[in-house]
Amino acid sequence: MTRGVKRSARAVLDRRDAVAAVLQARGDALVITGLGAPTWDAAAAGDHDGNFYLWGGMGGAAMIGLGLAVARPDRRVMVITGDGELLMGLGSLATIAVEAPRNVAILIVDNERYGETGMQASHTARGVDLSAIAAAAGFAHAETIRTRRELDGWIPRAYEERGPLLAVVKVAPDPAPVVVPPRDGTWLKHRFRAHLLGSGAV
Amino acid sequence: MAPRRSRATGVAPDWPAEIHRIFVERRIRQVAYVPDAGHKSLITLCHADERCRAISLTTEEEGVALLAGAWLGGERGVLLMQSSGVGNCINMLGLTAECRFPLLMLVTMRGEWGETNPWQVPMGQNTASALEGAGVIVHRVDDAGDVAPTVAAAVELAFQSTRAVAVLLGQRLIGTKRFE
Repeated sequence: MTRGVKRSARAVLDRRDAVAAVLQARGDALVITGLGAPTWDAAAAGDHDGNFYLWGGMGGAAMIGLGLAVARPDRRVMVITGDGELLMGLGSLATIAVEAPRNVAILIVDNERYGETGMQASHTARGVDLSAIAAAAGFAHAETIRTRRELDGWIPRAYEERGPLLAVVKVAPDPAPVVVPPRDGTWLKHRFRAHLLGSGAV
Repeated sequence: MAPRRSRATGVAPDWPAEIHRIFVERRIRQVAYVPDAGHKSLITLCHADERCRAISLTTEEEGVALLAGAWLGGERGVLLMQSSGVGNCINMLGLTAECRFPLLMLVTMRGEWGETNPWQVPMGQNTASALEGAGVIVHRVDDAGDVAPTVAAAVELAFQSTRAVAVLLGQRLIGTKRFE
């Protein structure tokens, strides 16, 4: 028997609304976004010099967040990525849990699909529970969010609570319009370093 | 097979200790690794030194991404691995190339000089070409006396000229693992 795609038990959030709400509360947090829709979501919420958008490097978003968080323990690091991107770097959850950076939060925007390639089901559509995996790896806090109320409760904790934190926010699979941020990687790197370290870092 | 002595001096320098000293002197802070026997004492030295932060990975491409993040935050790092791990890094090295991140990799070689595990040979024989194909500058060391100057030069090339650089530490230098 072929394992079918399960329907989520409860209503799910709009991805653009969810990411906008998380970024609205960012304060001086530094933001890494995983390739595909999470990068478009962050761009749609408003470009920011403290955003580093990935257009590639699939599976690497959370690890970039770890390296940044280790380098800058004085700053909160928010990683916003997708279920497919995180699944490609699943071992990074173990590495991050072991390093236990207290200033990292990871938001998985989970549409249970590979949205950029034709909306094929990802493993989260078939029952793989990323927040349970993060909890088992040793994350300080890991949960799955299905309602706006749950999201609103998580957001202040994501910026204040001792990490690492991870939340999977279940979002509707409806594709949102592509909103394109700057795409030149070297320029994005220089912009981010100038924002964080001053113009002498470029 | 015993590790090689230096051609130049006739004695075997403690090259892992020399590499560790370079890390400290050149402010290489995040030391990410997937273990290899050839890196054993260097990993131990880095774990014991609070000036370094040794970070154990599940797979080598994690380190490529980690060190990109380190650089975004203003820190230098290094990635230690065995040659078989180079294959795991290839797609993530596209991040390094597109963003022109500095990257220092120290790769202990398998699958070459006197190898007794044939499964190591395919990746070991293609390590340098795979790295070069991914845009990484490759230095190679087979003599113990050349390790420190080569690593020191690679540090400058990586962090002052903002390039991805791998130093391959040859199996003849490290000593060949026996399976018999």
